[in-house]
Amino acid sequence: MTTLDAPIQMGRQRRVWRNRLFQGAMLFAMLVAFGTLAVLLVDTVVTGWPELDRQLFTEPPSTVAEEGGGRPAILATLYLGFLVLFMSVPIGVATAVYLEEYANRERWYNRLIEVNIQNLAAVPSIVYGILGLAFIVRGIGLGRVVLAGALILTLVVLPTVVVASREAIRAVPDSIRQGAYALGATKWQVVWRQVLPAAIPGMATGSILALSRAVGETAPLIMVGAVVYVAFDPTILGAYTALPVQIFNWTKQPDPTFQTLAAAGAIVLLVIVLSMNALAIFVRNRYRKRW
Amino acid sequence: MVTHMDTRIDSARIAETSFGLERAEIERREKVFSISDLGVSYGGVPAIEEVTLDVHGNTVTAFIGPSGCGKSTFIRCFNRMNDLIPGARVEGSVLYHGQDLYARDVDPVEIRRRIGMVFQKPNPFPKSIYDNVAFGPRVLGMKGSMGDLVEDALRHAALWDEVKDRLKDNALGLSGGQQQRLCIARALAVEPDVILMDEPASALDPISTTRIEDLMHELKREYTIVIVTHNMQQAARVADMTAFFSVVVDDDGSARRGVLVEYDTTAKIFTSPSDKRTEDYVTGRFG
Repeated sequence: MTTLDAPIQMGRQRRVWRNRLFQGAMLFAMLVAFGTLAVLLVDTVVTGWPELDRQLFTEPPSTVAEEGGGRPAILATLYLGFLVLFMSVPIGVATAVYLEEYANRERWYNRLIEVNIQNLAAVPSIVYGILGLAFIVRGIGLGRVVLAGALILTLVVLPTVVVASREAIRAVPDSIRQGAYALGATKWQVVWRQVLPAAIPGMATGSILALSRAVGETAPLIMVGAVVYVAFDPTILGAYTALPVQIFNWTKQPDPTFQTLAAAGAIVLLVIVLSMNALAIFVRNRYRKRW
Repeated sequence: MVTHMDTRIDSARIAETSFGLERAEIERREKVFSISDLGVSYGGVPAIEEVTLDVHGNTVTAFIGPSGCGKSTFIRCFNRMNDLIPGARVEGSVLYHGQDLYARDVDPVEIRRRIGMVFQKPNPFPKSIYDNVAFGPRVLGMKGSMGDLVEDALRHAALWDEVKDRLKDNALGLSGGQQQRLCIARALAVEPDVILMDEPASALDPISTTRIEDLMHELKREYTIVIVTHNMQQAARVADMTAFFSVVVDDDGSARRGVLVEYDTTAKIFTSPSDKRTEDYVTGRFG
């Protein structure tokens, strides 16, 4: 018995030790990720707090830091968000429906579209900025306006919206389609009345997350001419600056009060993005399917 | 003890129903389907071959056979559901009241409106009970009071009393047996001529199964019913005509395909089949 007991004991101790090591390593990894995020958040809030006042939302930027606000940038970011939403969701959902419900995978052009969408999702957003500058701002002569920025951001998030919508459509069980077809529904009726309603929660979640990415984008907007200094409320076909660009601009100013203003702007941006993410989580949980 | 009693009840039920209608009575009824030399292949691989049989009106016709014999593939030819599977090819002819279902100018959507289907696994839509039943009439633009239509269909499917107070509840909250009767109600709501059932009770408990079988006896008065089942007792209990399918394997063992072995009155199939393979199957020696 003793000869058996010894190796069992030793083996057990080694496993326990190994278990603890892995547990510790994973805990450390989590602390690095979340600790950094927490420090960043706290630091931003502490720095920006003094300037997070009504003036930030009501005043245009000024050369005198104490008098400046971010009203045009905040408004333009909201405009951009809504325009991107109204352009990317219909196009993205329609593309996803085509690929999932109509496209014949045997055809080369459908495979090409599919590969393309996967690759587009990986293209750096600055490349979209260059494209936008060449084709939208100069090519069709739209100029450096809110609509041009929204078009570019739409292109940036479109692959994400398409991929999320396809996932949602694919998650609808085939038995639902079969049941609808068996009742004499046409393809259009099956898609429109059964597949899409069942896929809405998934598509909404994916779209909101994509949108929150668009709202935080800076690089392509600099390329397509979000102007650094805008002292008036934006219009869809007028010059604009976006919140991330405005924040970037403030950080470059020598007066330290501008740094505080930048941090305050960052808080506003964070609140916008985080509340969109919260909405996405809410929608996902609220309409969770039971099949 | 319980199993023993169940068996006794089972055999009693079989004796009572005495294997459905007489041959002469069945043949007096109108030919609803006339199928000749039907074959189906998926991507060039044959699934069933050379099936020829007739289905008469206001009868229950059962397809039985071992797994992989193509009976589900076959029943899906009756309302062109195989059209939805890429690479599926149907040869031969399916005449429905004398009209070829696979003719060039026939719209599968029109066929499915007249020939309803109930699937193996209950598949209610993730909507309210009411909306499930109303879906068919709505997409077909049927006239009349939707409330009456829904009630009528649910009554026909013997579900009305259980759900009349919660029509707005989600159908996924019903039990499996109730879900399947809802699927039957859904099929009845579009006022079809034929109801196809692909193993409608295989996912259900014995009590729900009995209710579905009783329902089939009721529905037979107004509809023609075609059912696929791997449960022989079920075929014996509900069917007037029974077709036995089997699997044929090529000599080199490379290809398997389903064939129709024997098609006759249920009484004949279960008491004195003419083919040895049928006899082996119904007596439980094979499959």
